[in-house]
Order: sequence, then structure tokens, then C-alpha cells
Amino acid sequence: MIAVRPEDHRIVITGVGLTAPNGNTLSEFRESLLCGRSGVTRYETRYFGQTLAGVCGFDQLRHQRRKDLRRGTRAGSIGIYCAHEAIRDAGLDWENVDRSTVGIYIGVTEHGNVETENEIYQIKEYGYDTQFWSHHHNPRTVANNPAGEISLNLGITGPHYTLGAACAAGNAGVIQGVQMLRLGECDLALCGGVSESIHTFGIFASFHSQGALAWHEDPTKASRPFDADRNGIVVAEGGCIFVLERFSDARARGAKIYGEIVGYAMNSDAYDFVLPHPDRQAECIELALRRAGLNPDDVDIVSTHATGTTTGDVQECLALRRVFGDGGPTRFNNTKSFIGHAMGAAGALELAGNLPAFQDRVCHPTINLDRLDPECDLPGLVANQPREMPKVDVVLNNSFGMLGINSVVIVRRV
Amino acid sequence: MTPDEIRETVLDILSDIAPDEDLSGLDPDRPFRDQLDMDSMDFLDIVMELRKRYRVQIPEEEYPALASMTSTVEYLTPRMKDIPKK
Repeated sequence: MIAVRPEDHRIVITGVGLTAPNGNTLSEFRESLLCGRSGVTRYETRYFGQTLAGVCGFDQLRHQRRKDLRRGTRAGSIGIYCAHEAIRDAGLDWENVDRSTVGIYIGVTEHGNVETENEIYQIKEYGYDTQFWSHHHNPRTVANNPAGEISLNLGITGPHYTLGAACAAGNAGVIQGVQMLRLGECDLALCGGVSESIHTFGIFASFHSQGALAWHEDPTKASRPFDADRNGIVVAEGGCIFVLERFSDARARGAKIYGEIVGYAMNSDAYDFVLPHPDRQAECIELALRRAGLNPDDVDIVSTHATGTTTGDVQECLALRRVFGDGGPTRFNNTKSFIGHAMGAAGALELAGNLPAFQDRVCHPTINLDRLDPECDLPGLVANQPREMPKVDVVLNNSFGMLGINSVVIVRRV
Repeated sequence: MTPDEIRETVLDILSDIAPDEDLSGLDPDRPFRDQLDMDSMDFLDIVMELRKRYRVQIPEEEYPALASMTSTVEYLTPRMKDIPKK
């Protein structure tokens, strides 16, 4: 039984704009997920040297001038590209949209590391004399930068801000969009997440020091959640922004509707800086299900968060078994196995990659699962090949992050 | 550096700061701001680039001298005459 909400509290997704390491539109991305195309490549970064990463190849000059690129940030560019594409995809009469009624809510895992590292690298040339430190540093590194660049580029005068939510940020952006629409703070929400993290050497070095950075001779096989031979995270860049609006508005303008956000939850482990806590993750999933008025068996696809770390994947499986039991109808997949961990964008991208399943009724797999870790043996795990489903009505998207931040979004076919 | 070389240097900096602009028709006597899409942050880039490339220090109260190409070259000529062009 779906929880009944007032008409203006029903929030639907009507547009998707994204860039992923294996696709710059939802259709390209979906095709990659169905044909097993990875986006992970060899990558070299300052100081750290050779590593692997998910790198995006979207056309930065489609919606920005070269001057804008020089002044702004990679996260800003990713956000601008995704926002434009989402608006176009939503079929909005953008020229006549009241820009003061649009809210921008963008999840980020971190922001400012890239720009700060660049400045320090550059003033090294000048003996660390701070008079050579750029006046662009502050506007590039303020935490609202990625959302603010979208506002500047599109002339949106409604609220804009980012949500710092570690790797739960993509879901957090979406949840904020839903909440602000329900509160009447905006009439359209551009929300999701972005990541420029591959441009900071620090994230690679830190994961490496933690023993959590993946390596494989074949880059496309490096991101392997649930596999016994997994050895860590592949860092990726990317972005995904949704257009959310009230169901009543979407229906009135005859919009294409990807799905309705029927449930969400966020909670905290209050446990450890980096280690996840399966009980809190399970509680987060259960809270989202309760708010949606759904039972676990109503969920057709769970888009797992698993990143390919030894501990994290097992912990999420414990949470999933606790909620979904063994042998239910729910299927589980993982998008990071294709693109790596897109950090602030991960939750939004992974949700987007599953939305076409409402139409094609196919669950994309988790790839690189050559030798299943017995502790990750979820009965409904879709391994290596896509699986046709009798129906796909409900997708549940997990996204968890450091410091014990958990998020779940549930989308239902309309 | 001669005044012509200084002019070339400033044009080179402008081409970095305003990469989308056509600088070939720049009127040396009209303010940059009237001809190019430039704001105060862009002007600070001129100051920063002169500092980075040639170690020329321009006090804030003298920034108005950088309004046009002619005034910029006039201002910089005595300050850069002993600096070789890169």
C-alpha cells in the first residue's frame, strides 16, 4: 500500500541531466550499464602518479565560454552541464519559467580541495609568497560554489546551496529538493550531486594510505564490489541533476515522468569516522520504506552503495539481509562496478541509471563479479549480466558516507 | 621592454583573461571595459599576471591607470623599460 499524500506533496522526476565516465546522457549511460561498458581508465595525478579513475568526457563548451571555465571550477562546469541537460530533458518552456521559483540543491562530498591544491602548487613556483595567491580562490572554494555557478549561468534567482554529505550527498540533494518543493520554497528543484574529486591528489593519497584505493592491471576490472578479490575504491568524477516538480504541475503541463519519489530517509551511525554501521543503515532503509508505505518485498531493485572496500561491502550486505531477508523477490545491483565511486554524484547517478528500468524492466548488473565473496552473497544479486524482470515498480537507492551518514531514496513508477 | 613590447605583453595577458574575445579590433584609446566583457576580477587578473610574469607591483590606488591600452602602456613603460620581454 502506497502512502497517500496530498496532491502537492507528490514529487516527481521530470528531467535528468548527467555526465558519467561511461555516458553523457541518460540513454548513453543506460546503454553502457546494459552492455557492461566500464568508464574506468588509467589516470595520472600530481604527486600521486599513476592510478585509476572514472573520467568524464562531456563537452564543457556546450553551455559555457572559455572564460567561464577559466574562472570557475570543474564541479561548477559539471553542474552547469547537468542542469542544462536536465532542463532540456524535462521539456520545460525555460524562457518563460519564473527563475525566482527555481531552487538548486547540489550534493557534494567535498569542495575546495582541488582549487586549494592548485593554488598551493602554483605559489610553490614563487617561493610560497602569498601575494601570488589568486583572488579567484575564495569564490572557487566557497562551499556553495557548484550550485552558485549553476545559478549564475542559468540566471536562477531562487535559493541555491550545496549539501556536504560525504558520499551520501547525491541522495541528500534529491531529498532536499523534495522537501523544499513540499514546503513551497520552490516550484522547480534542480537537485542531485556533483564530483570533481579526481582533480585532487589528496583523495587518492588518502584512500591509498587507508588501504582503500583500488588497483587492477585492467582498469575496467578495478571496481569490483562484492567480489572476493576487490581491493578498494576507484575514484570518479561526474554529476547528475534531476528536475523535480510537484506531480500536479508535471501532469498539468503534460510532462514525461520518470518516477515519483515516494520515500526517503537520512540518519547517522554515530559510530566511527570511516567504518559503516549495518544496524543504522538498515534502520535508514526501514524508515524510508515506512515513509513510503512499502514493505521490503515491494522493492524490485535495490541500487546498492557498495564501493569495493573489504569492510564496507560486507556491512551493507548485513544491512540488506536484515531488511530484505533471504530469498525475497528483490534484486540488487551496483553501478560503481562500472564507473567507480563518483563521490558526491554517486547517489544521484546510481539512481538515474536505474530509472529506465521502469520502462524496459531490466535490472542492470554489478559487473566484475568473478568470485563472489561468500559474505556478500545476497540471493538477489544480479551478477555480470542484466536480468529481465517481470515488473519494475519500485527502486530503492542506497548512498552512505564517511562519518556515518546514511541516505535512502525510493522511487516508484507512475 | 619597449612600449610596443609592453603592448604585446598586455595583449597576451588579455587573450588569456578574455579567451572568447576578438582583440584584433581593440581601440587603444577606449577603456577595456567598454569593449570587452570584463569585470573587476578580470582587472585584478591583469595586475596578478603582470606580477607573476614580470614581478611588476601595481599599488591599488594606481589601478585606474590600467583602464585602456594607451593608458596602460604609458603607465607601464617607465616601470618595465629595464625588464626583458619573455
